[in-house]
Amino acid sequence: MMDRNQQAFIEEARDLLSGLEDSLLEIEHDPLNSELVGKIFRAMHTIKGASSMFGFDAIASFTHDIETAFDAVREGVVAVTPQLVSMTLASRDHISALLSSAESEVEPDLELTSAGDELLKRFRELVPQTPPGKTDTGSPHDVKQMMPETNQRAALYRIHFKPPENILLRGLDPMNLIQELAAMGEERHVVHSEETSPDESRADLCHSVYDVLLSTSHPLESLQDVFIFVEEDSELRIEKLADASACDKDVWQRLIEAMQASKGVPTSVLISMIKEAHQIHQRVRNESSTYGGAGGQHPDLKSAQSIKVPSERLDKLVNLVGELVTVQARLTQAAVNLSDPSLTQIAEEVEALISELRDNAMSIRMVPIGTTFGRFKRLVRDLSAELGKEIQLVTEGEDTELDKTVIERLGDPLVHMIRNSIDHGIELPAQREQVGKARAGTIRLSASHSGTSVKISISDDGAGFDTEAIRLKAVMQGMIDPDATPTEQELLSIVFAPGFSTAKEVTSVSGRGVGMDVVHRSIEELGGQIEVSNSPGKGATITLKLPLTLAIIEGLLVKVGSELFVLPLASIKECVELPALEQRRGKGGQLINVRGEIIPYVRLRDFFGITGETSTYEYVVITEIDGRRCGFAVDAVLGEHQIVIKSLGLMYKDVEGISGATVLGDGTVALIIDIPPLIAVAVRERERLVRFETIAGDDSRNKRN
Amino acid sequence: MSKVIMTVDDSTSIRQMVAFTLGGAGYQVIEAVDGKDALDKLGDSSTIDMLVTDLNMPNLDGIELVKGVRAQQRHKFIPILLLTTESQETKKQQAKAAGASGWIVKPFNANQLIDVVRKLLK
Repeated sequence: MMDRNQQAFIEEARDLLSGLEDSLLEIEHDPLNSELVGKIFRAMHTIKGASSMFGFDAIASFTHDIETAFDAVREGVVAVTPQLVSMTLASRDHISALLSSAESEVEPDLELTSAGDELLKRFRELVPQTPPGKTDTGSPHDVKQMMPETNQRAALYRIHFKPPENILLRGLDPMNLIQELAAMGEERHVVHSEETSPDESRADLCHSVYDVLLSTSHPLESLQDVFIFVEEDSELRIEKLADASACDKDVWQRLIEAMQASKGVPTSVLISMIKEAHQIHQRVRNESSTYGGAGGQHPDLKSAQSIKVPSERLDKLVNLVGELVTVQARLTQAAVNLSDPSLTQIAEEVEALISELRDNAMSIRMVPIGTTFGRFKRLVRDLSAELGKEIQLVTEGEDTELDKTVIERLGDPLVHMIRNSIDHGIELPAQREQVGKARAGTIRLSASHSGTSVKISISDDGAGFDTEAIRLKAVMQGMIDPDATPTEQELLSIVFAPGFSTAKEVTSVSGRGVGMDVVHRSIEELGGQIEVSNSPGKGATITLKLPLTLAIIEGLLVKVGSELFVLPLASIKECVELPALEQRRGKGGQLINVRGEIIPYVRLRDFFGITGETSTYEYVVITEIDGRRCGFAVDAVLGEHQIVIKSLGLMYKDVEGISGATVLGDGTVALIIDIPPLIAVAVRERERLVRFETIAGDDSRNKRN
Repeated sequence: MSKVIMTVDDSTSIRQMVAFTLGGAGYQVIEAVDGKDALDKLGDSSTIDMLVTDLNMPNLDGIELVKGVRAQQRHKFIPILLLTTESQETKKQQAKAAGASGWIVKPFNANQLIDVVRKLLK
């Protein structure tokens, strides 16, 4: 039943919101402009005031906190930050959404309400709370209604209420007041009758006394407010008995029994009953924890079973465990060298313990990936709305745990891939209907364990990748030869090449000049791999394979001359002997034939310019990354090792092809090879060399200068 | 079925504001210009669920209206909300003794009025 005035208000509010947006965008670049601050404040004030006058309570109460924030800005208590501006912009959108739901006369849905609550929470964190009464909204009663003090600790109250005799004749029902209390929390009550025999003829007079127990997180004043119209004439006592957490069901029952038994049981008696019960409880708890009894199942204890620790301490712990693993390797080595049976036994025990300790330390840093998934719901909602698409996000495997560093660095790539799915993958609702799909597209984000790695896949039921379009674009951008016949997998991998985009037009969502190459780079940095599977017209799936942790990897130790290198085992397919014939082919195209497959390889000796004696036999370690194989020629393969990764320090952070170093059991240092960049450098190097040879006709075999 | 509230005030703008506010909150509102008009309109009607009345009015003031309403068996328990100002404490006490259910102090905003009406109409 929207009336004309309400309609007028909605129109006015829309105008205000549109002006508000402009002011906000302006103030971001001019945060000290007090005129703009005033303008924003007035807009919020008007919206709040008018919406409350016209019965749009949800809008009024939501706007209140934002108005408060800008009042604080006016007073110089709070500064205009980009964060404040974006929060206020989000609030503007929220108010607009509330207006729309008011206009269509539907209750705001849960999602909208919780989004609003989330925003308000952030505002309250940002802005010091205005003491009640300081706001210009009227009585404290009003303010409390608008800002429920959710952080207030719950407490148990006893309310003794003897209403005025004539309460019914004033059109008030005491039971309504008790029900109002009950709505604030958990309530039980006892009703006694006045001793003075009630006048039978006057059923309209009230002689009841109410004794109420209420556990609530509302402040005392809210409780008093319930009795606002009768407190002057009533006998009313509201007393706090205890923190609500101190009372379980048994205690409640005993308190109620005591209150039933005698009308005027003193509050002090009730309090001591609670304390006594609490002490017994405490004693039981202590005993059960001392004797490891079943008391540990108490819900209170469960919360105490997890503790918060600053993440630096965990990092430190993991580092120390890493050192320990290194020292233990040396101990094992020494035991072998000394061939002392008792020392060997000790070394083995230490090894077993340390490996358990390592696993434990690692597991402490594991965080469920669900924490990251949460933020994508909003992203999908906002972006799909912006693009006029209907998309639902389905998440699976939120419990899958990953090292927290991996999770932290995974956020942005995931955002980018989801954006890509929303923007380029899922079609517009009308298009989807045309090809017989449901109007709403689905993006499925799932995580699962697979051996020592975690698989994260983002799949959508959209149009999939158009490989022909990719080919044309790649040719246009000079990334591939027009005559080349790349495989589908090769075409798909072009999507991850720097600067590549197939978007027909630049939208505000994905066309921001950051391509999927950034995703590729980030995942590579995490030691992960990307796989794309595509079914044109039906959708695409991008799967990320990530190591569980970054600190310790399984590696293959190899030797070139007197130098040691580690290749991450996860990428290694096999090791083959390099036939002497192939060795001689050398220069220009280093290729090896492995069971009919021609695989390029990099000779680490050449690459790192290692001199010294060459071995009779060389070996090629074949690696596979993102479906592409490449070999590394080495002098010897020494075996698998648990490798604790040490960073090389700032000086060497830009060295391509080396991701770190590790200290081996005998104290020597081995460099850890970062496979993809090393291949990239090798390819670049070779091209440069070929060019040089072509120009100068130089036949020198010296590949490095 | 929406509840029916009668607003009693000699000021047209206050009546309109109350009617407007409570109307927006989903109540049906009828207006009376003073206590006498209110009693006439109340009559034997059983369709009115609540009164919202001013204290100072010509013909029959708020206190007399409360007394008049409570004197009728039919309206013995109907909630009556007073619109008062800070300076009307004595009158408020008299009206309360006569059977007024509650009061709201002017100036008030729409939300406060709706809250109080909801509370009294439970």
